[in-house]
Amino acid sequence: MSEVIVITSGKGGVGKTTSTANIGTGLALIGKKVVLIDADIGLRNLDVVMGLENRIVYDLVDVVEGACRLKQALIKDKRYDGLYLLPAAQTKDKTAVNPEQMLNLCNDLREEFDYILIDCPAGIEQGFKNAIAGADRAIVVTTPEVSAVRDADRIIGLLEANELRNPLLLINRVKMDMVKRGDMMTIDDIIDILAVDLIGVVPDDENIIISTNRGEPVVSDMKSRAGQAYRNITRRVMGEQVPIIDLDIEKGFMDKLRKLFGIKA
Amino acid sequence: MLDLMKIFNHGNRSKDIARERLKLVLVHDRANVSPQFLEMLKSEIIKVISNYIEIQDDELDIQVTRTRSDEGDRVVPALIANIPIRNMKNAGK
Ligand SMILES: Nc1ncnc2c1ncn2[C@@H]1O[C@H](COP(=O)(O)OP(=O)(O)O)[C@@H](O)[C@H]1O
Ligand SMILES: [Mg+2]
Repeated sequence: MSEVIVITSGKGGVGKTTSTANIGTGLALIGKKVVLIDADIGLRNLDVVMGLENRIVYDLVDVVEGACRLKQALIKDKRYDGLYLLPAAQTKDKTAVNPEQMLNLCNDLREEFDYILIDCPAGIEQGFKNAIAGADRAIVVTTPEVSAVRDADRIIGLLEANELRNPLLLINRVKMDMVKRGDMMTIDDIIDILAVDLIGVVPDDENIIISTNRGEPVVSDMKSRAGQAYRNITRRVMGEQVPIIDLDIEKGFMDKLRKLFGIKA
Repeated sequence: MLDLMKIFNHGNRSKDIARERLKLVLVHDRANVSPQFLEMLKSEIIKVISNYIEIQDDELDIQVTRTRSDEGDRVVPALIANIPIRNMKNAGK
């Protein structure tokens, strides 16, 4: 049984493309057959994050317009068995595809793949509607900032209005030191406010930038904390119960604090 | 008022300020119903409830928002009303 998952957010630049690349690569590392669709038409990005930019011949719009066969447009990632990318068109705009075409494309891909991950453009316009059209599930990415959480709330409302119920939240770029001194909202604060379930937490980590420089997703870096976080998220996507590590750190700290001040939890 | 106290108690923890500000702004964002609609609803609610209970109608607060369902597995729209009671008229007798 295959699954179509859209990775979305309200605010731009919070880590959708990074998350799509890493969850997709993570699933391939476990042995799943995965295709990543870059639905950010006009602002192609997933190709460079994946390090596959030199291999693009055809793109999503070519497929939809019938200029090539689906198989011709799929780029096989030679480093990871079973991982493919369907790149976005760079010269077209978001109206070049419509929701029905996206739905049909996703259904065609279901025949071949275990997981179809869609990297959604920011915003709530046509690009968003296209990206969610064929999805079974949604992951909403946010950072622990007021504006990003507010926009995440808007997207959650819109997903639910479009019958994509129970989206899962991915909180990216958490800085534990800031959380500890009370200058960053905690995971609990955010899930309490948004009233959704959590798929995982990714720390703010320089390794993300380093790995993006190289075009190698951080999930394959066994030493980095962000890589570990994405490996855990990958397993949760597959339905495994994996405890949230960052949450544990935080709780440990709060418990100590309570003890220090003699407050009962 | 209570929320404000919370902020002051925590001193300058910016994350508490962020959380309280978010909660307030989301109440407005989520209420995708017009203020006129809410006012109508409010006056009708006051009318009905006043037949049974004496309420502080200037303190009545109603909002349309999102919350977790009782089973906890779904997020559902909810009408939340905070209705301070001044006096129970011979209620239930
Ligand atoms: N956990 C993280 N730690 C550090 N930098 C990050 C992290 N996540 C994302 N970034 C950086 O933030 C920027 C935006 O990320 P991107 O995935 O392109 O966001 P989006 O697709 O939502 O616009 C990129 O430069 C990326 O390298
Ligand atoms: Mg992006």
